[in-house]
Amino acid sequence: MIIASLFETAWHALTTHRMRSFLTMLGMMIGVAAVILMLAIGQGAQAMVRGAIESMGSNLFIIMSGATTSGGARVAMGSAPTLTFADADAIRDLPDIVAAAPMLPGSAQLIYAGLNWSTSVFGSTPDYVIVRNWLMASGGFFSEADVRSGARVAVIGQVVARELFGDEDPIGKIIRIRQAPFEVIGVLAAKGQSLDGRDQDDLVVVPISSAQQKIFSSSLRNRARFIMAQAVSEKSMDAAESAINELLRNRHRIGVGQDDDFTVRNLTAIAETAASTTRVMSLLLGAIAAISLVVGGIGIMNIMLVSVTERTREIGIRMAIGARRRDVLWQFLIEALTLSLIGCAIGLALGIGGAWLVERLAGLPVAVTPASVLMAVGVSFLIGVFFGFYPARRAAGLDPIDALRSQ
Amino acid sequence: MNTESGKPLIEVVDLEKDYPTGAGVFQALRGVSLSIAAGEFVAIMGASGSGKSTFMNLLGCLDRPTRGSYHLDGKDVSKMSSDQLAALRNREIGFVFQGFNLLPKLTALDNVALPLMYAGMGREARRQQAQATLDRVGLGERSHHTPLQLSGGQQQRVAIARALATRPRIIFADEPTGNLDSETSRQVMGFFSQLNREEAITLVLVTHEADIADYARRRIRFQDGRVVEDVTTEADAT
Ligand SMILES: Nc1ncnc2c1ncn2[C@@H]1O[C@H](COP(=O)(O)OP(=O)(O)O)[C@@H](O)[C@H]1O
Ligand SMILES: [Mg+2]
Repeated sequence: MIIASLFETAWHALTTHRMRSFLTMLGMMIGVAAVILMLAIGQGAQAMVRGAIESMGSNLFIIMSGATTSGGARVAMGSAPTLTFADADAIRDLPDIVAAAPMLPGSAQLIYAGLNWSTSVFGSTPDYVIVRNWLMASGGFFSEADVRSGARVAVIGQVVARELFGDEDPIGKIIRIRQAPFEVIGVLAAKGQSLDGRDQDDLVVVPISSAQQKIFSSSLRNRARFIMAQAVSEKSMDAAESAINELLRNRHRIGVGQDDDFTVRNLTAIAETAASTTRVMSLLLGAIAAISLVVGGIGIMNIMLVSVTERTREIGIRMAIGARRRDVLWQFLIEALTLSLIGCAIGLALGIGGAWLVERLAGLPVAVTPASVLMAVGVSFLIGVFFGFYPARRAAGLDPIDALRSQ
Repeated sequence: MNTESGKPLIEVVDLEKDYPTGAGVFQALRGVSLSIAAGEFVAIMGASGSGKSTFMNLLGCLDRPTRGSYHLDGKDVSKMSSDQLAALRNREIGFVFQGFNLLPKLTALDNVALPLMYAGMGREARRQQAQATLDRVGLGERSHHTPLQLSGGQQQRVAIARALATRPRIIFADEPTGNLDSETSRQVMGFFSQLNREEAITLVLVTHEADIADYARRRIRFQDGRVVEDVTTEADAT
């Protein structure tokens, strides 16, 4: 009963000193807004990274042509690829490997009905869609037979489909890739951005043999720039990595002590590192914002202390007419709580509005989650109690007669 | 109200109060023993600094004595917790101060309703009771004015209404007419006499003005922290 009335009392006290209440809440508002905004940006980044990792394909290795130097993996792009289609086939036959796709990347101009579009061209095999966990939007992917025969068939990404065909159905249409005519037999489903920020849907995939002969006119037959391979499970990644290393050293006749002419990279591990970096970043952002929340709490404590001093006489009067110490304690605690919760509510609105603006204006992905809102409210509540308690206890500890005599 | 029981409502024995000062302690009360029965109307008189307010604050349970005993309605006040004292101030005792001591931001109604809030009464009930009490002191029309919008006499009537709100048995008034002109003083004193006569509320009033003290049947004079005179007149002064 009294508690409910004390909320009214608090409300009255706060509304009679509007400007002061507002200034007291300001720190809280900024703190909560900062926390919400920072968490939104951090979580948005995390969600984006998570999406990119999922779209990359799971348990993925990339085996590149070229030696590993002491400074890390460095691929000599100018030199001839050392990996062969047969290497890819051998890797696929390893027990821990599900699929292995030899890759020949490049870029080319596509032409269809007077429209042209520059994009990435990948020569590969049907294993490509397996390692990338890539679904078809329409049509189908090319077959092993197409690879063997060097068929002029192409599978295009969503961006290429949109740019060259618009609303038209691309299936069965002939496009020119560096002048060579190819029939579009499938359109890949959308994947969005990759970890490095590229649009994964801006590509065309053709049989690797056709890419070599008809597009890149390479003299080196059966060579792959890199191989993408998928392990059976996350647990088998380590075993698979050493198996690939051993296999390729054997196949390439690399003796003990000689440098490898290939590099195996665990893409999934690299992606996990990126993910944990983002996690750490978003935690850091949140922590910095949380400091401003604490500063906001200290602001409330300051003003509440001033308020207790200023209102000593009021406290004395209240005690004289029957307020118990705990009534006075509650009165000031509730005032501090009301301040911090109203500050929190305004801060929430500002933070969510700010997140929306960041998404709109800066194009950053943001995610305001119920968990972060709950956390901000919970923390504000705790801060209100924590920083409100000391001034409230001071007020409650006053001696009635001393308080009455003040001023 | 237990006048017939024989036990006094207020009984103090050898009451002393020391104030710590820069040069040792100052003895504001030096052994006061007296009792006041329920329904009495007592004026406490004496020169400034004689210890009247100190005594009043002790009786009103706002302060604790340094030595001596104080029984209120037979109960030893010195053994009570601060919560019990608060409850006593809330339900049994009403205060009227010289400076009114109203909360300036609250309306007259909210000021009067305040003790009822601490008594645990619900919002509507206390507003009704506060309004009724304001009606009794003749300020029913001004219930939504804040103290600053009221004259001194009106403010003091609001303060009296606040003291009466929880229907206490005793009212302590420390120089209640000290800030009022003589006409308003007469009205306030008339109201006090009426309360004492018609509702048998025990009244203890501090004043240094003889004509104000004349409203009371019993007059106790303080000097240097001691009672030097305690007379009761049977004839009603009004
Ligand atoms: N809190 C205090 N600290 C020190 N001295 C005090 C305090 N309160 C009152 N006194 C002293 O005690 C004496 C009695 O004060 P008080 O009871 O207020 O007198 P009265 O009300 O009769 O004028 C005065 O001399 C006053 O200076
Ligand atoms: Mg005095």
